[in-house]
Amino acid sequence: MKVPVLSLLAAVATLVLGYSYSWTITPIVIGLTYAIAALGVSVMARAGQISFGHAMYSCISAYTVAFLARAMPGTDALTLILAGVLASFLAAVVIGLFVVRYRGIFFGMLNLALSMVLFALLGKLYTLTGGSDGLRIVRPAMAGFAMERESFERALLVLTLVLSLALAWWVQRYFRSGSGQALSAIKTNETRLEYLGFSAYLIMWKGYLLSAVVVGFSGAILALMQGLVTPEIGSWLRSGEFVFITILGGAGHAAGAFLGAVGFETVKLVSAAYFPGLWQFLLGLTLILVIFMFPTGFVGQIMKRVAAQSRAQAREKSPVRIPVRN
Amino acid sequence: MTLDLLPLALVDGVAYASLLFLVSMGLTLVFGVMGILNVAHGAFYAFGGYAAASFVMFLAPKTDSPLLLFAALFVAAVAIGLALGSIMEFLLIRRAQNYDPILKLLLTFGAFLMLEDIQRLLWGAQPYSASEVVNRLGNIEIGDITYTTYQLVVVPVTALLAYVCLEFFLRHTKLGKQTVATTHNREVATSLGINAKKIGYVTFVIATMLGALGGAMAAPTTSLVPGAGTDMTVLSFAVVATAGLGQITGALIASLLIGIIRAIAVYAAPELEVAVPYIIMVLVLIIRPHGLFTVAQARTI
Amino acid sequence: MKPLIKTTDLYLAFGGVVAADNINFELREGERLAVIGQNGAGKTTFINICTGYLAPSKGKVYFDGRDVTAMAPRKIVRLGMGRSFQLPQLFTEHTVRQCVQIAAARRNKELSWFRSLESTIDGREVDATLDLVGLLPDADELSIGLPEGKRKLLDVAMALALQPKLLIMDEPTSGVASEDKFGLMETVMHALDERQVTSWFVEHDVDIVSRYATRVAAWIAGKVAADGTPDEVLNNAQIKSEVLGA
Repeated sequence: MKVPVLSLLAAVATLVLGYSYSWTITPIVIGLTYAIAALGVSVMARAGQISFGHAMYSCISAYTVAFLARAMPGTDALTLILAGVLASFLAAVVIGLFVVRYRGIFFGMLNLALSMVLFALLGKLYTLTGGSDGLRIVRPAMAGFAMERESFERALLVLTLVLSLALAWWVQRYFRSGSGQALSAIKTNETRLEYLGFSAYLIMWKGYLLSAVVVGFSGAILALMQGLVTPEIGSWLRSGEFVFITILGGAGHAAGAFLGAVGFETVKLVSAAYFPGLWQFLLGLTLILVIFMFPTGFVGQIMKRVAAQSRAQAREKSPVRIPVRN
Repeated sequence: MTLDLLPLALVDGVAYASLLFLVSMGLTLVFGVMGILNVAHGAFYAFGGYAAASFVMFLAPKTDSPLLLFAALFVAAVAIGLALGSIMEFLLIRRAQNYDPILKLLLTFGAFLMLEDIQRLLWGAQPYSASEVVNRLGNIEIGDITYTTYQLVVVPVTALLAYVCLEFFLRHTKLGKQTVATTHNREVATSLGINAKKIGYVTFVIATMLGALGGAMAAPTTSLVPGAGTDMTVLSFAVVATAGLGQITGALIASLLIGIIRAIAVYAAPELEVAVPYIIMVLVLIIRPHGLFTVAQARTI
Repeated sequence: MKPLIKTTDLYLAFGGVVAADNINFELREGERLAVIGQNGAGKTTFINICTGYLAPSKGKVYFDGRDVTAMAPRKIVRLGMGRSFQLPQLFTEHTVRQCVQIAAARRNKELSWFRSLESTIDGREVDATLDLVGLLPDADELSIGLPEGKRKLLDVAMALALQPKLLIMDEPTSGVASEDKFGLMETVMHALDERQVTSWFVEHDVDIVSRYATRVAAWIAGKVAADGTPDEVLNNAQIKSEVLGA
């Protein structure tokens, strides 16, 4: 019960910040896109599978937005976002069919390979994609209103915050649903799941689709915020950063991705302020330290303690006390 | 593509494959022996290349000898290998042994990020090159086509020699055989008295040197720019995954496959050139998920 | 009455070893079958073939009248063949209750993406199953924290949640302290009787076999060497020397 309230408060606070200091909107929105992407990655992480190529869904979505905006100028921003997400979804439907057969490092690497094919092609097919310079996107209308830059950015901020809350809520509900619980059972005992009559393949595939859709939202928003799409959006470094944030925040709760992103952006900001040119160094160092100190992520540790506490409370309340024989 | 471009493409391909192989050898060795997929391996390539280029640029005005300049490449690679490899092994790899494979990989990713910035601090953003080496080694004419001695002979021979030396080390020296034993079963090897820590250190340093050598050998023919390490990391991954994790000879064949097809693509379908290694990797993994040459699943992740 | 399980001329060899040598076997509803035999005699191979984990090179398997030869394990499970394991196969990051809930969710047509797991299954039924095996007080514990005996019971409870017609148990009392073995079997068998589940278990403990089985089949070298009441089989001279090592 506490998390939704805190999330709403955080969202409102962020909104106020963005409205008061309009220069903060861009970093906030971009930071949120990282968080949303990490949220997508964390869905697969629940099954114990880490993808090193999920940035490709961000990329597919972003480039779809760009292509559509150029092919049909005047398309509304909301339509563009939905189109981008749909493209990512369709790609995941096909790719997921064979990728979800794999586990562990092979799952990670196959996703990586596919994302690199996309990245390489986008960089080289200059006439179609603008190559490594990318494609520009003319500011579209949003919800029917054509806007100046400042209003557009504010509207985008509102939209991103709403989407963040909605996606986090949806993913969290998914985690607690039958499908989500079965997905997390794959991590601990896939064989047993099959012996209970489930198709682990189907469960993984559905989880994969959800993760791609969530990452797709991140790409579409990023495209609109930057007004530019480049192949970097789908590079393996970007995928690695998403994984980094997921690990930082832990995959135990949807909020983890957002807290992880806050940590990530904080490190970036601090290093930009005090050690410019060393932000990757500090990021790398942070990752190493966090893994050594908190193998399940900050949020993971908190979740563990919360869960242990609630089990202890349930035990107190239980009327029958039977001595446990060890 | 006309047929008379084929020999050029082949020479290009083999030279490129040799560089790929030098780097991939190290990556797959570390994975085979220590179970770690080292994301930072590409950074060793970059550091080796930059150091070699710097050293060559420093030496070139001081000497006329082509051999000395060429030797400079090796010196740089060994120095980087020893320094970087030792530091990383002591500080990170050693402590990472008992972590989940994905976490081990992420630790090396953290190291990679750190190394990227250090590289930028040391060498900046301007391109570095050691082209003087190529110039001094002259050309060879075969038929109608002129090749540089460097591309045609020196690079492939170096890679082959490195391979032969590594195989000799692993099969015919005591330390090497112990390394192979550790690969197959770490616990049994340790209980037999094999010093796994020493093996880990030696393996990692050798691998780092190989990666750096790849970069050093690349310095005469490519310009080192920021991002070289990033590119080489994924490229060597592609080779290693295609061959099968831990397969050294397999990496040789996979490198040749990727190198030659890519070289042909440069002439026949240039838009696809950069994507070729990854397309090959995807195709191979779909048909044989554990790589072309994996035998039994002695180690699964 | 048609048999629950029927195999005809089942044959499978690994390399030079014949693991299943033309087995013609029938299991009837309501039976409590104990399977005994030395390690490597083919007891587990037979189970693996019946449950779809292995395909026989010859012969057929019928479950409840349907040909299930080489059908995928998860499809056979859905027909009503449950299995529990020698090393309990649990979802180690889930609680006891959640393990059973996940199993129970299999009886729905589809897994929900949205509605919580608890809301899509019958909570009282889950609790009843847990109660039947005596795990209700531990329902909120993480499955990984349970002692061995309770882990075995949870393994059985998960299989029971599917409401199977048959439960195949691979060495249900192995790994359990001897003073707890009978208590465990008592609980399990009582639960199976309540739910009218036919049982088939592999066992090495002769006392357990004679106390809880209505029928015993002894495996030697891929064949059923003896098949009858516990008295008949356990006192059979060949069985005593070759299987029980008396």
